[in-house]
Amino acid sequence: MSMETVVSLKPVVAVLVSLAVIPGIISSRTQNIRETWTLVAAGIKLLIIISMLPVILDGKVVSFTLFQVFPDIGISFRVDAFGMLFALVASSLWLVTSVYSIGYMRSLDEHSQTRYFSFFAAAISATIGVAFSANLLTLYIFYEILSLATFPLVTHHQDKEARSSGRKYLTYILGGSIGFALPAMLITYHFTGTLDFAPHGVMAGHINSGLALMLSMMFLFGFAKVGIMPMHSWLPAAMVAPTPVSALLHAVAVVKVGAFSVVRVFTGIVGTSVLADFNISAIVCVIASFTIIVASLIALSQDELKRRLAFSTIGQLSYIVLGVALLSKSGMTGGMLHIAMHAFGKITLFFCAGAIFCATGVKYISQMKGIGRRMPITMTAFFVGSLSVVGFPPCGGFISKWYLVLGTIESGSLALLFVLLGSSFLNAAYFFPVFYNAFFCSKDQMLFEDKVEEAPLWCVVPLVITASISVLLFFYPQPFLKLASLAVSIIMGG
Amino acid sequence: MIFFDRASNLLSDLPAIVVTVPLLAALIASGAGWINRKAPFIIAIASLFVSFISSILLLLQVTSTGVVIEYRMAGWAAPIGIVYIIDHLTALVLVLISSVSLINLIASKRRIDDQFRNKEGAFYSLYVLFTAGLIGMTTTGDAFNLYVLLEIASLSGYALIGLGSNRAPLATLNYLFLGTIGATFYLLGVGYLYIATGSLNMADIASIIPKMMNSSMILFAFIICLTGLLVKLAIFPVHGWLPGAYSESATVAASLVAPLTTKVTIYIMIRLCLSVFTPQYTFQHLETTDVMVWLSVITIVFGAISALSQKDYKKMLSYIIIAEVGYMVGGFFLGNKMGISGAILHIVNDAAMTLALFMVAGIFLWKTGEDSRESLKGMFGKMPFTMAGFTLAGLSVVGVPPTCGFFSKWYLILGGISAGQYGFVAALIFSSLVNAVLFFRIFEIAHFEPFKEQHPHNDHCDEQHQAKSHNEIIKEAPLDMLIPFIAVSLLLVLLGLYSGAIVNNIIHFVIPKGII
Repeated sequence: MSMETVVSLKPVVAVLVSLAVIPGIISSRTQNIRETWTLVAAGIKLLIIISMLPVILDGKVVSFTLFQVFPDIGISFRVDAFGMLFALVASSLWLVTSVYSIGYMRSLDEHSQTRYFSFFAAAISATIGVAFSANLLTLYIFYEILSLATFPLVTHHQDKEARSSGRKYLTYILGGSIGFALPAMLITYHFTGTLDFAPHGVMAGHINSGLALMLSMMFLFGFAKVGIMPMHSWLPAAMVAPTPVSALLHAVAVVKVGAFSVVRVFTGIVGTSVLADFNISAIVCVIASFTIIVASLIALSQDELKRRLAFSTIGQLSYIVLGVALLSKSGMTGGMLHIAMHAFGKITLFFCAGAIFCATGVKYISQMKGIGRRMPITMTAFFVGSLSVVGFPPCGGFISKWYLVLGTIESGSLALLFVLLGSSFLNAAYFFPVFYNAFFCSKDQMLFEDKVEEAPLWCVVPLVITASISVLLFFYPQPFLKLASLAVSIIMGG
Repeated sequence: MIFFDRASNLLSDLPAIVVTVPLLAALIASGAGWINRKAPFIIAIASLFVSFISSILLLLQVTSTGVVIEYRMAGWAAPIGIVYIIDHLTALVLVLISSVSLINLIASKRRIDDQFRNKEGAFYSLYVLFTAGLIGMTTTGDAFNLYVLLEIASLSGYALIGLGSNRAPLATLNYLFLGTIGATFYLLGVGYLYIATGSLNMADIASIIPKMMNSSMILFAFIICLTGLLVKLAIFPVHGWLPGAYSESATVAASLVAPLTTKVTIYIMIRLCLSVFTPQYTFQHLETTDVMVWLSVITIVFGAISALSQKDYKKMLSYIIIAEVGYMVGGFFLGNKMGISGAILHIVNDAAMTLALFMVAGIFLWKTGEDSRESLKGMFGKMPFTMAGFTLAGLSVVGVPPTCGFFSKWYLILGGISAGQYGFVAALIFSSLVNAVLFFRIFEIAHFEPFKEQHPHNDHCDEQHQAKSHNEIIKEAPLDMLIPFIAVSLLLVLLGLYSGAIVNNIIHFVIPKGII
């Protein structure tokens, strides 16, 4: 199936615009000028990406080759429906998070804010680079840049805890990518002679079943950002980062880059037919289901709010992997949609955790009794966000889970249906106590004095926006739904 | 018209200019030091600049015409006379040697003048002589002339290294013993070759060898020449001289010797195997691949593990160099296109990386007066530009894209896979992971630990800085050190992004026909 290709510099600009403002960020004389650079870059990036949307929805792709680093592989960009979906999520949430960051960092009077905003910009550049990669090499390059650019963000506090978490972060992420993903990529290239993402993969006919299984596993565990167990434990550790970092990077950009990479490689490199014929998909389903259930169970026992959110994220990421491994149209649509739906829901939850910390300094759920009375807007947003992650209507999360459930039925595996339903039940079980305690408690249980109030406006407005979008996505799942079904129709044919 | 004639004459004499100018400059510089203390530097830098420009011109000439340049010294024809041969590979290595030497000289001037007061003449003279020796080794097409130039480079190298810490003379003696054994082995091998073929001209020998493939004398010559070079390369288990020599010597000397010596020797090894003994002999007749690749695997693993246990930064770099030697030797002896391309590309990349890493050692030493890793505390805040360059260099050694280290490793690993040498592939991945640990250990100290209160400041640091609070003040190295260093670290990225062009336009032509 040949698609019309538009050669355009737009993807390059979309990737590089936030890198290009870094000198501006560094050399700014005042905080306000510096933050203006960040916001301008975020705005331009979003506009460029939106400007490509009609072309993509039209069924075309936008491409550009930047460097021909090897005779037959370049650092190339190719924007298709799936990449567009992810880029749209990441860039719109970057804008919101930039606003939130400003409020959060200033109200806590954090040190080294210039460094923070510089690396934040670098990280988002790399994220869009992954989304727009035309081949596995380009994807890998941006994946690595993202790992390194986020290191100073994760370890922002530069204390002992940050140091050990940073170490863990790099060990898993860099160790996984160099130790597994890189050799897998090279072996794939050796046998297939190409690394370009093709609609039906490139492995079929070149690689036997044992090797295909080994390579698939190396990619799945090597892209450790997706947090498949046992490569997950960097994620809770990385929660030492300032909350806006956790919000954007560890609910949206970094972890979704992992999920995106796995989906891209499974569909564009391994290919759905290889996944099906060699029974690889069944094994992936088991691994993903295990992660979903176990992560949810661990989340139940976490008292620190951000850690509970982290384990919830680990579980939700595996939904995306599971969606692809189901190998049915609805399942794959659901998986891809989940990238978007979960992002808006989860970022709201992180924003709320940060707002609570800003306003009260409290991190633990057991110390949040009655907080809803003092911070009603924040906790209402929290309620909406958790509904979306659990998958209740009227929130966006319902749509993606609906498709996933349909997918399990289409592929006829009842066990996986129970996994999804069971996990939703567990999700509800770990979120419910948070907002129940926040709103319903007697006067003497109340832990907060009257003077406690909402966080600064810079923090509250973003979380209201993301919560509203979460609801809005239930009624208007376009354009994400359109993009996802377009992407799936290319992959699955017809 | 006369001018153009002269210019074209000059152009055709480039292969002689590139080596004789620094050679003569070395002689003049040592004397000029007695007359004027500034003169040796000017002579050195001018001669290296001439060499650099000539190398660039030679590279352009070779890549644009695609014709190998053969230059007869003093007009004597081969095989009796000495010819200098410039092909794609030679030109590439020439540019590498002259640029490394030139950049390092600019960046080190301040420290050389400081450290070798009243000995400038000697130092600059040795510096240029060493470079001239390496350039000569690279260009010559005569096996015995190569030995002579090898000794010129080695002897000046020993002297440069000897000018270091208190323990430097001992380390140099160690280097001298092993280096001389290596050179003697090589000479002995050349002797056998001469007996067997009656020629010292490389091309001439190469035309004779296919007729005497089964000669045991040729076999012995091959083994003994290769052994000599392997000693000079510091491959396991004859690596013992390298860590001491590079870490005890003065950093200004080490940052010239370390990036170039092993790399040029690998070039010589490649030249010997391809242009003297012919690829058929090396790869098909002798089947050297298995033995040499496994030797390299051991070297890589040994280098990586030893580097892990080092406390001293320069010692650690030394063991990394040993591991990198394993990359190149192993890659070359894979005997396929990917492997040889990777080895050659890595010669360039590794020289640039090593240069950057030693330059940064020099900057830290200048700023803090200390050599240990602990002196790096808080450096990210203090010297952000230097640290940014250092980070790029470190990542390049680890092999993180888009720095150049990634791209040569790419070819090497693919070469390993297609030769079925999975041990080599595993060793490369292992060493990358170890390098990640090594460098992030340093980055951690510089990032997490606050700037140390009591730095023993050299007198070059102004007092005003000491009065201010220690933490958030940016205090970079002087610009004449910083700019060359930043240029080299940016080059690491450019070499990566344009590695496709290097492979297509240069390395592609080096791979002999018949090798896939």
